[in-house]
Amino acid sequence: MISAIVLVLAIWELVVLSGWRPEYVLPGPVAVLADLWNRLGEPEFYEALGVTMRRAITGFAIAVLVGLVVGAAVSRVRPLRAALGSLITGLQTMPSIAWFPLAILFFKLSESAILFVVVLGAAPSIANGLIAGVDYTPPILLRAGHILGLRRLALYRHVILPASLPSFLSGLKQGWAFAWRSLMAGELLVIIAHQASIGEQLDNARELSDSPGLLATMIVILVIGIVVDMCFGAADNALRRRWGLDQRVG
Amino acid sequence: MTAPIQELRPGRTDGHEPAVRLDAVSKVYGRELLALDQVALSVDRGEFVCLLGASGCGKSTLLNLVAGLDRPTAGEIDTGDARIAMMFQEPALFPWLTVSGNIELALRVTSSGKNTTKKERRARATELLEIVHLGGFGDKRPHELSGGMRQRVALARALAQEADVLLMDEPFGALDAMTRDLLHDELERIWRERELSVLFVTHNVREAVRLGDRVVLLSSRPGKVIEDFPVTLPRPRRTDSAEVAELASTITDRLRQEVLRHAKPATQPAAGAGIEK
Repeated sequence: MISAIVLVLAIWELVVLSGWRPEYVLPGPVAVLADLWNRLGEPEFYEALGVTMRRAITGFAIAVLVGLVVGAAVSRVRPLRAALGSLITGLQTMPSIAWFPLAILFFKLSESAILFVVVLGAAPSIANGLIAGVDYTPPILLRAGHILGLRRLALYRHVILPASLPSFLSGLKQGWAFAWRSLMAGELLVIIAHQASIGEQLDNARELSDSPGLLATMIVILVIGIVVDMCFGAADNALRRRWGLDQRVG
Repeated sequence: MTAPIQELRPGRTDGHEPAVRLDAVSKVYGRELLALDQVALSVDRGEFVCLLGASGCGKSTLLNLVAGLDRPTAGEIDTGDARIAMMFQEPALFPWLTVSGNIELALRVTSSGKNTTKKERRARATELLEIVHLGGFGDKRPHELSGGMRQRVALARALAQEADVLLMDEPFGALDAMTRDLLHDELERIWRERELSVLFVTHNVREAVRLGDRVVLLSSRPGKVIEDFPVTLPRPRRTDSAEVAELASTITDRLRQEVLRHAKPATQPAAGAGIEK
């Protein structure tokens, strides 16, 4: 991890030294990290971070809810699956930025427009994760549940849902990645007056040709994405250890 | 209470109606793959019946039908009001639950366990685990146990269902010989104590002779009962005893005839006689 960071910083410094772009456009790591350090000391940064994270969490939470309901319905109800199954996968491949013009028509330049796109970006992955988990419930566990006398909803609750947890978790992980991307796109496109955010800081830095600030903000975005992804990774690992999935063959 | 019942064994029980009765049961897969052909079989109350046959003879199909996991194409299966539990070759434990949790789930579903508290179920699960000699393993996860221990948990889970009939689909097939021997002893003990009716599927002839009151031989393609060997050797038997070996070799010879009858067309494909349409 540390060696990877050192390697990236070294390559970055080399590119700067090569003079490929003048230094006021592409500053070196030292200048950028100094700028980042300054930012971390300013209350405005935390205000912006707070707004962005609030949007991320709200949007992701709504997406989880929508994904769960849609995923559960589609995996249970055959006609719904026929109608919506491939549509959900289709939505997953749709670049979320393409939703923004419509979102802005619907909601003007508002918080709702951003959330709308974040939810649309993340929910299909979450729903698909659940559907895949339900589909790939090991048949032997279904038979065992059936023998125990579990039927319909009870079978769903005690066997199918828990069995689909690993797949659901990877759906959540992917959903988060989509949510975070959509949110950044949204904050760049939908600038709400007097509402600081990470995306807005990025846009400001570009307008002011503040290259160190721009790169520092990008590092913040990258780090948040990585940290959250690591949390999902840790949850996934804990689950695999608990269930003994590492030791299983096939 | 147990004494008179032991006197009845190992002979077949008298005129009571059987726990499981199959009458002319056939199962066809797809259009014309005949898996079972007019199978008639009954398991008396408290009887241990081993179903023996080469792989692909429809033994598992038959168990699935009795368990209600599948429906017969024709014929009738009567299990009366017996409660049925089943064990598979795999333990089929739920990996998201602890060992005790797996058993508690079974307890929760049974009719008598519906109104119990979590604490009561927990205590009952502990008792059941002691019966299969796994006391103290309740908080483990299934994957932390060995294959033999997992099958014991599966057995405890089956017992939690308070079933009258226990269906077993090669439950010890994946275990080493030593572990299997131990589990045979335990299964026999539990079968006696609980007065279970057992239908036990295996392709291991000695295992069948070791455990069964009767060994029912199934032919392959289509599955059909070809012979019914009563086993009158006194219990407990040992898998490596001369008596068991003798009867096992008789049955093996019969089984071999059956397998060869089917192998022939495969070695002479030109004959084409063995290919059923």
